[in-house]
Amino acid sequence: MSILSHNAPPDALPDFRNLGVIARILVIANLAIVGVAAVRGRDLDSFSTAISDTALIAAPVLLVMLILLYLAAPLLLRLPYATALGIIFAAVVALAALVWAATREDGRPEELLRACGFALLLAAFIAGYFHLRNRAFSPALAEARLQALQARIRPHFLFNSLNAVLSLIRTDARRAETAIEDLAELYRMLMTDTRTLTSLEREIEVTRQYLNLEHLRLGERLRVEWDVGGAPGDALVPPLLLQPLVENAVYHGIEPGANAGLIRIAITRDGDRVRVVLTNPYHPEHQHRQGNRMALANIRERLALHFDAEAKLDAGVNGTNYEIGMVMPYRHA
Amino acid sequence: MSEPLAIFLVDDEAPARARMRDVLGDIVAELPHRIVGEAGNGAEALARLPDAGAQVVLVDIHMPQMSGIEFARHLARLEHAPAVIFVTAHDQYAIEAFEVNALDYMLKPVRAPRLAAALRKAQARGAPAREALDRAGQTQGPRRYLSVTERGRILLVPLVDILYMRAELKYVTLRTREREYLVEESLTTLEQEFGTAFVRLHRSVLVARAALRGCERSSDEDGEGAGWSVIVDGCDERLPVSRRQWPAVRALVKH
Repeated sequence: MSILSHNAPPDALPDFRNLGVIARILVIANLAIVGVAAVRGRDLDSFSTAISDTALIAAPVLLVMLILLYLAAPLLLRLPYATALGIIFAAVVALAALVWAATREDGRPEELLRACGFALLLAAFIAGYFHLRNRAFSPALAEARLQALQARIRPHFLFNSLNAVLSLIRTDARRAETAIEDLAELYRMLMTDTRTLTSLEREIEVTRQYLNLEHLRLGERLRVEWDVGGAPGDALVPPLLLQPLVENAVYHGIEPGANAGLIRIAITRDGDRVRVVLTNPYHPEHQHRQGNRMALANIRERLALHFDAEAKLDAGVNGTNYEIGMVMPYRHA
Repeated sequence: MSEPLAIFLVDDEAPARARMRDVLGDIVAELPHRIVGEAGNGAEALARLPDAGAQVVLVDIHMPQMSGIEFARHLARLEHAPAVIFVTAHDQYAIEAFEVNALDYMLKPVRAPRLAAALRKAQARGAPAREALDRAGQTQGPRRYLSVTERGRILLVPLVDILYMRAELKYVTLRTREREYLVEESLTTLEQEFGTAFVRLHRSVLVARAALRGCERSSDEDGEGAGWSVIVDGCDERLPVSRRQWPAVRALVKH
């Protein structure tokens, strides 16, 4: 399954046309040259000779490499990460050998080996640095994207609900009040920090409030069956795990149907696991725009973020129903 | 003083219709009108509208079975079609299509002044242009029905009931199990719209993929030599397949 791949940082080369990247490479390479010279030279004099010695080979290699990388960047980015890296390493070694041959007519072979070895080591170090940096930044990027996704509860739902509440105010002020309270709580939940976990009990409550609002406008077309008697209310789950799935079920399963439809929500504890099964009528002729897959991908990502490989989400058509099955570890406060 | 404006409401959500009635009630002094009918879906509305004498129809876009835009496309086949104002809570694609094609729309929740202005404008403009509706409809995916008018009524032919479509002169004949209908559309545009559900047999026939039952060698009737014909579920006719289309059709029929 691709559950983990959603969360794994992508292995990718840095953008060699980015000034920051070029500057980082230059700084690292020059620091390495100085470092090598410091090890080789015993006093100030021999230190500066060592620097110029090393730089004589390293500087042209570095410069030509940066230009080559700049030119070849679009091409390299299209290659698999490992292949591109191999090509770059080979180019660095070849370049170092070439520059060495051009500058030292009478050099010894060990010197050639040392120059090439140093160049390769430096290239590998820089590649490793960018790899780690990529890894360190990915969670932040992923989180930002998650937050943005979560802020996108369907405007369709918000405006239709507001309209339904407006219709109640003149005739049934009390129901209108309850509806606005439900709406307020739902939006409070939507604005909570997604990185912290919430209790399953709370998640169920918010989903019920959401369904109350949908009942308001859909009337008896929306039928809901809850089977949560055996659900562990204290289980910790990512917030807005259930509600977006139920919202999808209403949008794709109930609204396109001419007749009443049933949504079934069953949550059980199975040893150290919590199982959620959600079913709704399936309408093959109803066009699924991006919405459903986006919500599923979002929840998969969040499950992976919190529970890694221990959580699982499957979705598919089962006869005339669409069914979502979710398993996650039972953790509690 | 002129006659009160006759308004028809179409929305699948009862509270939304109730809200619209309330807001209409608020502007009745300013804009005299009466509500001549309500319907909870497009098909019901199309059945009742010819007799309702409506001048303006307020229709929700997001409805089960038939979207508000498809509804308006069928409605436009009436000789004296009423004006149409689309109402939507939020549908970016549809709103863009309305803007581009200069169709009237309002956003839910609807405010009284905005409703009065839209009604006046729609009353003055009359029925929307069919071409504009068709263009707006294309952004919504294929229709669920094709429609024909017979004696001032709109007959809806569900797409799933159509076995094949045959082009003849200006018209296209739709064949269902029960009967045939003539629609004023071109086979080429029908093929573009319903290409996933229908396949071309030859120059002038599209057949429903789901209705293909098999094929047989056909005799030399039209002087083109022996060829293949397909057997269509639910009708006795055999439909010839052109040589050009045969490879594509053969892949679809079970031997």
